[in-house]
Amino acid sequence: MTQIFGNYCEGLPSSPEFLIIGFSPGSIPLRQRWRNNGLSADFMADYLMTFFPDDRCDAGSAQRQAEVKSSVSYVANELLENAMKFNDERANIPIGIELQLHGSHLVFVTTNTITQDQLEPFQHYLEHLTSSDPEELYLEQLEKNALEEENTSSGLGFLTMMNDYSAKLGWKLERHGEPSEFVTVSTMVQLPI
Amino acid sequence: MTDTASREIRTDDYCVRYDEPTQTVACQGSLRLSGMAEYEPIIDLLSSVADTDTDAVVLDLTDLEFLNSSGISMLSKFVIKVRHRKTVTMSVRGSRTIPWQGKSLKNLQRLMPSLDLQWD
Repeated sequence: MTQIFGNYCEGLPSSPEFLIIGFSPGSIPLRQRWRNNGLSADFMADYLMTFFPDDRCDAGSAQRQAEVKSSVSYVANELLENAMKFNDERANIPIGIELQLHGSHLVFVTTNTITQDQLEPFQHYLEHLTSSDPEELYLEQLEKNALEEENTSSGLGFLTMMNDYSAKLGWKLERHGEPSEFVTVSTMVQLPI
Repeated sequence: MTDTASREIRTDDYCVRYDEPTQTVACQGSLRLSGMAEYEPIIDLLSSVADTDTDAVVLDLTDLEFLNSSGISMLSKFVIKVRHRKTVTMSVRGSRTIPWQGKSLKNLQRLMPSLDLQWD
């Protein structure tokens, strides 16, 4: 079974410029691996800069380069944080992040694995997220977080990408065949540059 | 009132410091901690500042290079706490050279319309 939410494009033309990184969670606790998310996100941002040559005579190009680098670093870090946080390691399937360079936009795709038990709440969350006004939902979430003493998750990663970075987001959920209890989640972010 | 004369949390990656004479909380470096639990010590510091008997609070972010969404949630919490203290004025100092700030700091103003957002 495959289910799509939001702006998930299956038939994107393949890009000649792409970077894929895979993470096998292994035995080290997530807390100790957390710093790797930021390091990997910064690496992806640095790597991409090769394709945006810095024209030293043009102040505008340097600023644009800084903007793109910062956006890639933010989006990749949030995607990795989510993928790591919600991944079920018992599935023993690596987490992946791919960055593709298309003409006027970048495409990120992360994949991670969740259990059937996590599926229903996640489907409800995605239905709500993709049918609401993101700006309204964002402010609502900030106020809600402020009232809760013990919120473990800020619920802001996807909303900041949509609101502050004008990104289009989509998800593909794929149930593994019986008797597997796992579901692969692919998250696609299209970022205009 | 909580003693906030000189409060500071410093690691290799970031520093958060309250300077009472200037009523300023400065956040510097890269804040990408894992979820709200790991932000707890900083949330406590900010809460104690929000509870301080003062007429103004300045949040200086001009040297904060990175902030993840959990960190955005933490700063929003702080702004909402200060907003509840109706007699306290708040200003936030951001840097135009740090791109995430140009994209995300306006949301703090949406939470507290009287907040003065200053750009260096």
